[in-house]
Amino acid sequence: MTITRVTRRGLLRTGAVAGAGLALPTYLRAQESGFTNAPTGDTVTLGFNVPQTGPYADEGADELRAFELAVEHLNGGGDGGMLQTFSEKNLDGTGILGKRVEFVTGDTQTKSDAARAAAQSMIQKDGAIMISGGSSSGVAVAVQDLCQQAGVIFMAGLTHSNDTTGKDKKANGFRHFFNAYMSAAALAPVLESLYGTDRKAYHLTADYTWGWTQQESIQAATEALGWETVQNVLTPLAATDFSSYIAPVLQSGADVLVLNHYGGNMVNSLTNAVQFGLREAEANGKQFEIVVPLYSELMARGAGENIRGIPGSQNWDWKIENQLGDRYKGTNAFVKSFGEKYGFPPSQAAHTCYAQTLLYADAVTRAGSFNPCAVVEALEDFEFDGLGNGPTLYRGADHQCFKDVVVVRGKENPENEFDLVEIVEVTPTEAVTYDAEHPMFAGGNLGSCNPGA
Amino acid sequence: MEAIILQTLNGLDKGSAYALIALGLTLIFGTLGVVNFAHGALFMIGAFCAVTLQRILSASFVTLDETRTDFLGNPMKVETPYVEAWFGPELGGSIIEWSVPLAILFSIPIMAAIGIAMERGLIKHFYKRPHADQILVTFGLAIVLQEIVKHFYGANPIPTPAPDALTGSYDFGVLLGFDPNVIIYPYWRLVYFAFAALVIGAVFAFLQFTTFGMVVRAGMADRETVGLLGINIDRRFTIMFALAACVAGLAGVMYAPINSPNYHMGMDFLVLSFVVVVVGGMGSLPGAVLAGFLLGILESFASMTQVIALIPGINQIVIYVVAIIVLLTRPRGLMGRKGVMED
Repeated sequence: MTITRVTRRGLLRTGAVAGAGLALPTYLRAQESGFTNAPTGDTVTLGFNVPQTGPYADEGADELRAFELAVEHLNGGGDGGMLQTFSEKNLDGTGILGKRVEFVTGDTQTKSDAARAAAQSMIQKDGAIMISGGSSSGVAVAVQDLCQQAGVIFMAGLTHSNDTTGKDKKANGFRHFFNAYMSAAALAPVLESLYGTDRKAYHLTADYTWGWTQQESIQAATEALGWETVQNVLTPLAATDFSSYIAPVLQSGADVLVLNHYGGNMVNSLTNAVQFGLREAEANGKQFEIVVPLYSELMARGAGENIRGIPGSQNWDWKIENQLGDRYKGTNAFVKSFGEKYGFPPSQAAHTCYAQTLLYADAVTRAGSFNPCAVVEALEDFEFDGLGNGPTLYRGADHQCFKDVVVVRGKENPENEFDLVEIVEVTPTEAVTYDAEHPMFAGGNLGSCNPGA
Repeated sequence: MEAIILQTLNGLDKGSAYALIALGLTLIFGTLGVVNFAHGALFMIGAFCAVTLQRILSASFVTLDETRTDFLGNPMKVETPYVEAWFGPELGGSIIEWSVPLAILFSIPIMAAIGIAMERGLIKHFYKRPHADQILVTFGLAIVLQEIVKHFYGANPIPTPAPDALTGSYDFGVLLGFDPNVIIYPYWRLVYFAFAALVIGAVFAFLQFTTFGMVVRAGMADRETVGLLGINIDRRFTIMFALAACVAGLAGVMYAPINSPNYHMGMDFLVLSFVVVVVGGMGSLPGAVLAGFLLGILESFASMTQVIALIPGINQIVIYVVAIIVLLTRPRGLMGRKGVMED
């Protein structure tokens, strides 16, 4: 009988050899083709990194549904969705460059470290050549940085901070979703027509990257209208009861409350504000108003009837083509595909993830290569249409999409839980476009693309 | 002055929730000696009792309205709650509207059953284990419970409004001689404060003025001696666990209209409640209540813009600063007893 003795040193040696062996395929893939995770077989793997646990899990689930639908359409399944309306006609349902699309998923948990670990695992273990998804700017910035280092493309999901394509922009990262500056620029004219130019605003702001840039943007836009900013109070991201922040608002001399909150923060702060009677209150001889710069349909459901009449902005709305016509073509095709598969209309998070997957696939096809640098070149200054937002530009200078922004308001009498907001206006692209060197986006450097090899 | 009155009201309201949760935690620790990290989950389950009853009362049958279409162009599905069909739209609508107060009755047997199941099924096996083991197992249980709730109800907050008659705000300013709209406070938060005071009073009265309570207090002081007298103290302590679960559950039920329930809400309160228990003194019921209200009020004052302007960020750390100061000056907490958690 043979007795095998396991020693610490032996274990370490074996582990090191095994680790090197596992890492070798990735290294070889990079070496032989000149870029990370070059697909060698008849499939290509995409990595979808979404919150599957934590407070944004429902939004993550909707993103994942959209990703699955996009993959199905890319592989020739279903009714093709937006492939039929997309201005580029390179995608024919045969995968990407003839390779069948497969995907792996990661759980961001809406935590930067967990999101990076999940993305790293998908890149190193699963050979993902592109990472997409997410529901938080902190996560997007962290994963974008990782993708830049690893030499894969990052197609951001729901991220709204100016920093994602501002001071933290990266050559390998692209954002289809709009940003805080655009929300403010789109909302300002609507706020002027709704509430006039003589207003005093009180801001409650989530104390992290998105909240800061959202507050800075909306303050600048409203002050340009003539509004005065009375106070900006930073609230902890973990706060659940905002009563002590809401209570002093009426005594501050303000007549508008701006809630720079998202997700659970938004649901709770808005609910608290309504409980404290702010919607019925009068201040400075005017009706008191509440503004939520960034809307989310999923979060609006959490706030229930408290969102009635409250204005905000969205990247996209599932009703936009029906209400505003053919300029937003692609919307109905996507809503039909998504609705028939899942039984309810898609959220804006789902829409941006679906669009990003198609945009990546199309860029690879036009470039004729999965090489990230070729993809970057194909996406930079790329103009397209038919993905639901109207004519859109992927600006080369910062990898931000420029398109119309939807201004919405909580519906007074919603017919169902998916019909909570009504479109008030669409602010055209020109009104939300800014210079790439705008001070709110300064301090970053796109750098050069990294193919990873 | 108006701001001080308003923040005091706010503090009392916040403190009500802290005190109720901390009271339950202390009941369990004082009787069973268990540090129950699943207590926040009980608060969350209480809130979901309100959500569940609201859903039960809103259970509907579907009819097709051929005159309207849904987002896919199919005939619109119209849902009519059974209670509205049975009792008429007005009475049926009122029953649904009052689902949160009705959930008080609905939640008591559920919370008691969950409490007994938790204690008999899991926690009793950890009585003689170190506190670290108890913390690990109850924390794990809390995660399991919240994941179960998330599985059935999703991760998004679920709006659970108060009855229309109790929404809106009361103008305290006018009552106190101030201008209108200077000190207004939501009715439901006042209801919450009154409800919390009632529950806290009832628990203290139960422990103070009933034979059962007297035995439990004796058991808390010296479990062994009470056992030697032939009293089945374990059974009583199980009942106390169920009572603590009910207190946490009721705190959650009534909290549902204040902030839309979500599966994570228990964790949000848990850490704060432990700080409350530690500041009040481990095992001290009056200490838990006192510290709950004290920290609630301090937290509210620290959120005032004038205070934040003076000490930036104080709103985020005030509770922990107070905890450090109290523990440095009174290591057993404000009303802690000698010998508790000191072995």
